[in-house]
Order: sequence, then structure tokens, then C-alpha cells
Amino acid sequence: MSATAAFTPQRGRSRAAKDRTATIVVWAAFVVALVPLVWLLATTIASGASSIDLDFLTHDMTSRLDPVTFKQLPGTGAAHALIGTLLVTLGATVISVPIGLLTAIYLVEYGRGRWVARTITLLVDVMTGIPSIVAGLFALALFSYFFGLGTRMGIMGSVALSLLMIPTVVRSAEEMMRLVSADLREAAYALGVPKWRTILRVVIPTALPGIVTGIMLAIARVVGETAPLLVAVGAVDVTNKNLFDGRMMTLPVYIMSQYRTSTPSGYAHAWAGALLLIAIVMALNLVARLVGRRFASRTGK
Amino acid sequence: MVALAAVFVFLAARGADGLHAPRSLYEPAAGSFWGYAGKLLYGTTFAAVLAMVIAVPFSVTLALFISHYAPRRLAVPIAYVIDLLAAVPSVVFGLWGARTLASTTRPVQEWLSAHLGWFPLFAGDASATGRTLGVAAVVLAIMILPITTAICREVFQQTPRLVEEAALGLGATRWEMIRLSVFPHARSGIVAGMMLGLGRALGETMAISMVLSASPLVTLKILTSDNPATIASNIAANYNSEDTRIQTVLIATGLVLFLFTFVVNFAARWIVTRSNRGLA
Repeated sequence: MSATAAFTPQRGRSRAAKDRTATIVVWAAFVVALVPLVWLLATTIASGASSIDLDFLTHDMTSRLDPVTFKQLPGTGAAHALIGTLLVTLGATVISVPIGLLTAIYLVEYGRGRWVARTITLLVDVMTGIPSIVAGLFALALFSYFFGLGTRMGIMGSVALSLLMIPTVVRSAEEMMRLVSADLREAAYALGVPKWRTILRVVIPTALPGIVTGIMLAIARVVGETAPLLVAVGAVDVTNKNLFDGRMMTLPVYIMSQYRTSTPSGYAHAWAGALLLIAIVMALNLVARLVGRRFASRTGK
Repeated sequence: MVALAAVFVFLAARGADGLHAPRSLYEPAAGSFWGYAGKLLYGTTFAAVLAMVIAVPFSVTLALFISHYAPRRLAVPIAYVIDLLAAVPSVVFGLWGARTLASTTRPVQEWLSAHLGWFPLFAGDASATGRTLGVAAVVLAIMILPITTAICREVFQQTPRLVEEAALGLGATRWEMIRLSVFPHARSGIVAGMMLGLGRALGETMAISMVLSASPLVTLKILTSDNPATIASNIAANYNSEDTRIQTVLIATGLVLFLFTFVVNFAARWIVTRSNRGLA
């Protein structure tokens, strides 16, 4: 064994020196790794904060007439992107939460040890590894199969995002429901409660906070996804509130397309959008964690 | 419930199916498709491997810092901050990489190409914009850092306390304790984390496509303005093409990417189970 070899008498000084070197290297790595995060946040806030105002939040990128001077103003806002992100993400949530939840229920309550359950677990694992752009391509391929090539709809983005969301939802819901103690279930069975009712009235309510946290983290994960939306939903300058009709703008794609304009105002818009997006994702994360902690302490007592 | 499982399986099968079908539509010069996809695959792998080379040492030491070096009071918030890094959307990373990192590191890149130009990676003339594969790889590395760190941290923390104490009790220094008790225990976990990071780097789109203006080519030089495209960035750059045939080609390259990441993930799992058996 290498262990015995290493413990043969050595000069203590070189061992201590090695230990000190390791400590220094580890601390240095930590400091270096922290640099990009701080740098990134600082740049985003510095470049984005100045461009976020009421104008930015309430207008889209179509040009409009100034009501006072009657001059043609260029589009300055991201309202259309905000609405698009909201709708597409909502659609993805609506699709993936029932599927993910039901799958998790099956895995935990019904399929324990069966080959079907094992296959599903494997598939969920595989889905976790899907590159996001492939999910977008899948939606594109699926819808072009029915509606012809070149179709772009908000709902396609929802489908693509739900493909990325489902594994996360299944995973967290499964974990939470496994944590529900067998005592609770058996107590319900002993009272003569049928299995489906036990699941509905005992297992789900007990695991709910954890499940909600998981879902919110999953949403936070897909809100920032760009590639699938770029491919499946496309980009427009006008507000589109219909998920089933034509291209929609979403916040990540907005950042991307504003960056692609290569103009100072475009860059400013991109940074502002980036700041907005980071704020949304962070807020989702924080709320999810708070929900988890709040309920966890309540049920724990 | 089984019906739901069937729907689920159907969805996955449909994914493979939907990606597969357009491939038969791809008619013009089918012989060159593999050349095309091969070059893209090279770019994809090259960028991901570069990112891994940067990210792996950092994430291992960073995880070590959180699990064994940092004061207990600091460790939790630090772990939280690293997780936040994972929450930053990839477009923002791309924006930051293209607008800030590229121009800031240009002097460094010029210096590297001037003084270390004999090294194949740094050969050629430095790009005037600084938007090179080297920068893209750094951005990718930062993006995969959180996930690899999180996994390494978890396995490091799972090292049995008793083994650690035993090592310390035998007079090992902290570093020796880590080398002799933590690393052997965590080896398979580290590999799994790396592979997950690699899978993520392979599929990452925005960082590459925003930082680089790339084309499918094979090169080792990472500081010039000729940069190899990756499959994902190539799709993002050309998805809007009016020619529907190009779209089907893109979908086919997407399928290649999917299969490739699948193989990588599968290999990761295989390595993990194998090394687990070796330890047991």
C-alpha cells in the first residue's frame, strides 16, 4: 500500500513545508476563482444599471412616436422580452410539472425495483445530460414535422425548456418523496386509506415544500437558457402575447440579439437585459431557498 | 401510471426519432457531411478539453478549500456563492466574455503569442480583438467550475471522519491526510464531476458563439482570429438560414452532438462504477 510507504520516517521540515505549500495553493485558488464572479457581477451592474429605467421596462423595440414632440423614437425597451420570457417559462412549467411530478410518484410509490422504474431513472439521467441546444433542435424538428419547416412559436420554446426542466423536477420530487417516512404511509394504510389517497393526502403535502423548492430551482435554471429559445422561438422586436402564433422575444435572446447589433446602444441594452436576467434568476433562487427553509423548519417541529 | 411512463419513454424516443429523420433529407454531398461534422466535432472537443484543463485543478482545490481548509463559518457562504455562479445565465457569461474579458486580456494574449509562440497552442499572430478560442475556453471553464466544484465538495465531505482522524492521529500533516485519505476515497466522485462538467462544456452554446466568430476548421492555435466552431455555436450562428436544407443539416449535427455527449456521460458512469468496484 502506498500509505505505509508514505509514513516511513521523513524529515519533518519538508513535510511541513509541503503542507504549508498546499495550504497556500488552496487559498490562492480560492481567491483566483472568486475574481471572475465579482468581476462579472460588477461589470454587469456597472454597465447595466444606468440603462434600466421605466422606459426600458415598459416599451419594446419597435419605434414609436413621442407624444410631445411627435418625433420618431427608436425602440428602447425589453418589455416584449420580459413578457416572452414569462410566457415561455410559464408554458414550460405547465408542461413539465405534471409530467415530472407524476413520474416521480410512479418511481417512488409504484415502480420500486421494477425494470420500468429503472429504465425511467436511466432515461431521466440521460435527459439531464442533453445539451440545451439539442433540446431546442428537438422542438424544432418535432414541430416542423407537423407544421412544416420554418415554424416558430413560443410554445416550441416551452417544449424545449420543459425537456430540460423535467429531469430536475423528477429528481427533486423523487428525493423529497423518498424522505417522507414510511411510518406516515403505514399509519395511513393501517387506517384503511387507499394508496392513491395516501399519496394525495399524506405523501404530497408532506413533501410539498421540497417539491416547490425543486420546481423553482428548475425554473431558475431554464429562465436563463438561450440556445433552445434562439433556435425554436426566434427573435422579434414587437410584443407577442400569443404562445401559439409566431416568433416571440425572450430575455436571453434579447441580450444576444442586442449584442449582435454591435452598436453602443445595443451593448447598453444587452447589459441592462443581463442585469435584469441575473436579478430574476437570483430572486428565484433566493425565494426557492427561503420557501424550502421556512417549510422545512415548520414540518420539522 | 405505466401509461405515463410510456408517454415519457415515447418522448425520449421521439427526441431521437425527430433528430434522426431529417438526416435522410440531407442529400447534397452526403460524403462531405462527415467531414463537416468531424471538423465541428473537433472544435467542440478542443474547446471543451481546453476548458477542462483550466477548470479541473481549480475546482478540485476550490472544493478542498471549502471542505477542509476554510473556517467553518466561511465555508457555507462560500459554497453558496459558488452555487450562485452556477445560476448566472450563459448569455451573460457570453456577453461578459466578449465585451469585457476579451479586451482586458488582449495584452496577455499578445505577450503569450510573442514570447511563447513556439508552443503550438500559442502559435500564430494574436487576434486584434482578443476574441479568441483561448478566451472562450476560459469563459467555459468559469461556467463549468460551479458544477464540478459542487460535486467534488460533496464527495470530499463524505470521506469518513474516522479515516481522516486516523491519518492525523498517525502524525500525518493536513496535506498528507488529504492525499492519503480524502483523495483515494473521492477519486470516482472527482471523475464523475469532471465528466459532468465535460458534458456541459460540450453542449454549451452561447459562450462560444458570442465570443468567437468561428468557422468549421481544424487548428491548434488558440490566440489567432481564425477559430474553430463548435457544433452548438455553429447551430446558433446558422439556425436562421432561409435554406431549409441547412436547417436539416444543423439538426443532423445536433444529433451528432447528442450522441457524443451521450457517449461521454455513459463513459463517465462506467468509470464511476468501475472505480467503485476497484475500491470496494
